[in-house]
Amino acid sequence: MKIRLSLFPYLLWMAIFVIVPMMLVVFFSFTDSSGSLTFENLIEAGKYSAVFLRSISLGAASTIICLIIGYPAAHFISKANFKYQNIFIMLLMIPMWTSFLLRTYAWMTLLEYNGLINRLLNFFEIQRLNMINTPGAVMLGMVYNFLPYMILPIYTVLTKIDKKVIEAAQDLGANKLEVFTKVIFPLSIPGIVSGVTMVFVPSVSTFIISKMLGGGSILVIGDLIEMQFLGNAYNPYLGSCISLILMIIIMICMGIMNSLDNGSEEEIFL
Amino acid sequence: MSLIFLFLYLPIFVLMAFSFNDSKSRVVWAGFTFKWYQRLFENQEILGAFYNTLTVAVVSSIIATLLGTVAAVGITRSKKLTRKLIMNITNIPMINPEIVTGVSLMLMFVFLYNSLGVFKPGLLTLISAHTTFCLPYVILSVMPKLRQMDSNIYEAAQDLGCSPFSAFFKVVLPQITSGIVTGFIMSFTMSIDDFVISYFTGGTTQTLPIAVYSMTRKMVSPEINVLSALLFMFVFILLVIINLRGEKDKLLSTNNL
Repeated sequence: MKIRLSLFPYLLWMAIFVIVPMMLVVFFSFTDSSGSLTFENLIEAGKYSAVFLRSISLGAASTIICLIIGYPAAHFISKANFKYQNIFIMLLMIPMWTSFLLRTYAWMTLLEYNGLINRLLNFFEIQRLNMINTPGAVMLGMVYNFLPYMILPIYTVLTKIDKKVIEAAQDLGANKLEVFTKVIFPLSIPGIVSGVTMVFVPSVSTFIISKMLGGGSILVIGDLIEMQFLGNAYNPYLGSCISLILMIIIMICMGIMNSLDNGSEEEIFL
Repeated sequence: MSLIFLFLYLPIFVLMAFSFNDSKSRVVWAGFTFKWYQRLFENQEILGAFYNTLTVAVVSSIIATLLGTVAAVGITRSKKLTRKLIMNITNIPMINPEIVTGVSLMLMFVFLYNSLGVFKPGLLTLISAHTTFCLPYVILSVMPKLRQMDSNIYEAAQDLGCSPFSAFFKVVLPQITSGIVTGFIMSFTMSIDDFVISYFTGGTTQTLPIAVYSMTRKMVSPEINVLSALLFMFVFILLVIINLRGEKDKLLSTNNL
């Protein structure tokens, strides 16, 4: 295989900063602090299976909520007047561009026991709710942060659907519901696939949302990894192993998602 | 639809409103003030973090744009098999969860520092890490422009006596400039906004997102509201300008037709 000269700097960079670090993760996963080969980390990581399950179910639930809210929204925007479409899309992008730490922090101030929502409830003499530090709060944070990532790819696909196909279905006697279920929805599956991936991957691997809105009581995979590398439980060997498992989980999920959409090769990017 | 926008914007607006609150409380309104704005600009820690963020963003997006553009040219001209292989490598940092990219780089930097004494966690490691996660985005914005281009033009320039080098600068480069600019802007904004990867690779060097994170842990700091208000306004104005420019471009191109 002949490699062009112009590719050398790039490939060298990627080898040093992508391939080697990945290999280190794999290497650390199967060694202990003395440097000998071991499967101890895998067994140790197995003890946290409840955390893995919790992360996956929180991530999956948020992804489904995003899809339920996001699909109709994307459909609505794609149907709107062209001038308004651009405004809607811009309004969706602005929060994506502002720091997600600050947006999550904003929810912290709203959901707290002495926060604004509870003060409002108190004002109307309704019982205060315990909202922060619950799985619900973490899910809310995920939906809030990642919803635009669901809407945008679905919107892109919906606008690319040829109007003539829809008209043809109508000419052939399909009613509104049939046009949607038999034409629009199947054609929008590539958008759903990329939307689901773009929401699921960050939700399943986050540690900030769970830390800020879960108050440390809701441990997820991201927290575990963070603790092994920067926390008190310093153990990069176990941390690498958990990272490796996280990567494998995500790869499996993406494999399943992509098999739903083997028809189209076109990549949907913003 | 308006409910969705309310959901997306209400928290930000609450945060912004409380940046003018004359009390440390995040819930009780105690009158209008600008004192937190003044306090923010006197906060050395935040100013230092801001400076670090800008340095890292500028340097890493320049390196990523240069490396990525050259690589995109190389990839486009490679054989199909080589191209597929390289694109798979390019996709790794995009598909991987940020936290995995972060810890894998951290492992390597710690390893290099302990064994060879190079890559002490700090600005240098931050710049290399940011360049790495920006590179795929530069390549993905430049490649479509290269593919749209007619390769005969490049050959024609050489037939007419240009060296391959000057043919690239005079013929290819002007046609892919818009892709390069998009790649640069994307890199710059992603670098400024990045928290997870910087958190793992920065050592004790603070960037703005890291400073924000440590402020949220302390819980009592109205300066954070000020910071979010300022950042939000900045992004808002930037996007409005980009959009207006887009409209103008559209008008110009329709006039040319």
